[in-house]
Amino acid sequence: MTHLEEELKQLKEAVIDMTGLAISQLQKAKEAYLKMDTEIAQEIIHNEKRMDAMELSIDRDCENIFALFNPVASDLRFVIAVLKINSDLERIGDYAEGIAKYVVDFNKTINSEITEATHLTQMFDVAISMTQDIMIAFEKKDNTLARKVYKKDVELNQINKNASKVISDFVKKEPEMIRQSLFLFSTIRKLERVGDHIKNIAEDLIFYIEAEVLKHKKKK
Amino acid sequence: MVTKIESVKDYQMQEKANTETKPYKLETRNVNVYYSHNKVLQDVNIQVQPNTVTALIGPSGCGKSTYLRLFNRMNDYIDTFRKEGDILIDEKDIYHKRTKIEELRKTVGMVFQKPNPFPKSVYENVAYGLRIQGINKKNLLDEIVEKSIKQAALWDEVKDDLKKNALALSGGQQQRLCIARTLAVEPSVILMDEPASALDPISTAKIEDLIYKLKQHYTILIVTHNMQQAGRVSDKTGFFYLGELIEFGDTKQIFTNPKNEKTENYIRGRFG
Repeated sequence: MTHLEEELKQLKEAVIDMTGLAISQLQKAKEAYLKMDTEIAQEIIHNEKRMDAMELSIDRDCENIFALFNPVASDLRFVIAVLKINSDLERIGDYAEGIAKYVVDFNKTINSEITEATHLTQMFDVAISMTQDIMIAFEKKDNTLARKVYKKDVELNQINKNASKVISDFVKKEPEMIRQSLFLFSTIRKLERVGDHIKNIAEDLIFYIEAEVLKHKKKK
Repeated sequence: MVTKIESVKDYQMQEKANTETKPYKLETRNVNVYYSHNKVLQDVNIQVQPNTVTALIGPSGCGKSTYLRLFNRMNDYIDTFRKEGDILIDEKDIYHKRTKIEELRKTVGMVFQKPNPFPKSVYENVAYGLRIQGINKKNLLDEIVEKSIKQAALWDEVKDDLKKNALALSGGQQQRLCIARTLAVEPSVILMDEPASALDPISTAKIEDLIYKLKQHYTILIVTHNMQQAGRVSDKTGFFYLGELIEFGDTKQIFTNPKNEKTENYIRGRFG
């Protein structure tokens, strides 16, 4: 293995580690929310520091690889993709932390009726599953699997779209639940954004593997 | 390059740890070099850690090769050469009157720009230095020759005909043979003066890969005009200009955020 190949391998492993952490954060965010467990929420907030550190480290590694090795062709596309993926993963971490902060702030039993009505659990599951898919797609350079996340994102978008009506109807019925409802709505928005970031990662991965730019195109 | 990071503090500590020092393998302190009245190196202070690759870059005539040759005292052959300051290997002054040049040149090997194999067989090229040292037992010679040629990543290409004349090898093979010849006498330091500049891109890549692997066992100082090469192979880089060491630091830092404007201009190709 050449020096550059070793560096690229280590960079790939770092991204996989970071994605694994993002998945773990989302899984904990789901548990923290549904159980209103502030201990788990504090864990997520603590782990966010690791996500931030990993982002800095990967950014620096990409910078060094560009400066020292002048990668070309697929190596160049890989490092460009990693730079962008890094940013998307960090944002996913931020969303998990945001949900955790709500849990710490709210710290009361949630109303399960509205949670079920908005399909929040399903939304968490889809977001986590998309993140897991993209991690495997990245590891195995599987562009087919990368493309599958688009369909799942449609599901997230639909839940998000329906949520505002469901929540507003609920608040009309039980106005004292306004705070919890806003919290719920914000969480749904965050999970919808997680889906968008996973789609971005899929586009970057396809760019790396196929040299095809999918940004701003209608998705196939 | 990538290690387990738990927090931003860990990341910052790792960055700091990367600059911590060890006992130096090579060192120059306040070195000035003159050819007659002409000052060609001015107040050069460099510390080279063991098992690292240090690249010296700079425009032609800036003193890089003169500096390199300080470590095996090849400049001594130039009548007008004069130096001031200290040049140390393993913290010992190599210009002390008690220094034995022959011993020094066993410790410090050199590879030149143009491959210069002897007009002998592949085997005899590598065995030559060993025979001079008095090693003549065939089994031992065979063992060391094979080990050296393997270390130079040449074995697979020559193992079936070690009696082949070295001059019949390609340029890249000849250069790797010269490296094997250097390695046979078990130096601890290898000086390389533009070792790949006369080679094609594939051979260059092989030499660079070899340099990267050799640093596990040797301390390497390499002069190169090819900045990208310096970036690819070295841990530290020193930029020379008109006899002065303008900047010396981690290669990553030199190529991503040089501190001196002259360094920045040089590596961006604005001059030189």
